[in-house]
Amino acid sequence: MRPTVGVVVFPGSNCDRDADYSFEYLGADTKFLWHLETDLDGIDVIVLPGGFAYGDYLRTGAMAAYSPVMDSVRRFAAAGKPVIGICNGFQVLCEAGLLPGALRRNSGLRFRCMPVRIRVETLESPFTSGGMWPGQVLTIPIAHFDGSYYAGDETLEELLAERRIAFRYCDAEGELTPESNPNGSRLHIAGILNPERNVLGMMPHPERAVDPAVGGTDGRLILNSLLYSLQPAET
Amino acid sequence: MKFAAHLNVMPRAEISDPQGQTVERTLPAIGFEGITGVRVGKRITFTVEAPDENAARTIAASASEKLLANPVIEDFELELNPL
Repeated sequence: MRPTVGVVVFPGSNCDRDADYSFEYLGADTKFLWHLETDLDGIDVIVLPGGFAYGDYLRTGAMAAYSPVMDSVRRFAAAGKPVIGICNGFQVLCEAGLLPGALRRNSGLRFRCMPVRIRVETLESPFTSGGMWPGQVLTIPIAHFDGSYYAGDETLEELLAERRIAFRYCDAEGELTPESNPNGSRLHIAGILNPERNVLGMMPHPERAVDPAVGGTDGRLILNSLLYSLQPAET
Repeated sequence: MKFAAHLNVMPRAEISDPQGQTVERTLPAIGFEGITGVRVGKRITFTVEAPDENAARTIAASASEKLLANPVIEDFELELNPL
């Protein structure tokens, strides 16, 4: 089955083309979905891309969370279909209440734009089940000002207990050293899952690590895992 | 009736405020001694039209909680004054 990936475009999204290019590169069909779109028929995966939706006014993702398309995305997620929010998309998912916590200004007050290493923390999700091993270190770029993940102690304990942290910032050996945390995220969190594990939010950009012409290819592992997960089991 | 609403939004007390810390470190460098506890928030003003003050407060508080502030990371205080 050739899956169709719906890439949401908010006013101010700027990684929508990258997401479209990368999923096509990996063999999927793609479709752009303007933020006023409410019909998600025929879509197998929703991508909330990076950028500065609604100018990031007020707070990152705050206004985008109430876009018309988001009601449909909420129903799409409730039906168990996969949703991935990347960077600004992660911020939108938190503001929309589809994921817990919030993304705050980076601890160093600097826009960080560089490749980082992240550690795969769980294989129990469509985004990580295919072709990765637990503790595997991936190199994926980040580019954000507001990527410091914050949640209260209770929420963090819940995320740990339910193994819902998908990725954590680490060094080349997979150690959680203070220097390897680029933005002051609590528990070095780079990406988390919802309780049903079909919604992933992550600050690093896997779609920018697919075509070797523009950097590494570790992002393929995540996007391919997601595409494989949609294939019917062979009998 | 119309009411002037003033909303003060601050990072929650238990959350570190890197902006406030940076401002605090800069103050002595330009000659201001004895200033501590700097925190940076924002103030949002708007007008609410409602039958009475209670109704206006309910609308403004709900808007504050739902959109204007994020209770996960921010506290807010709302002032309402008849116009």
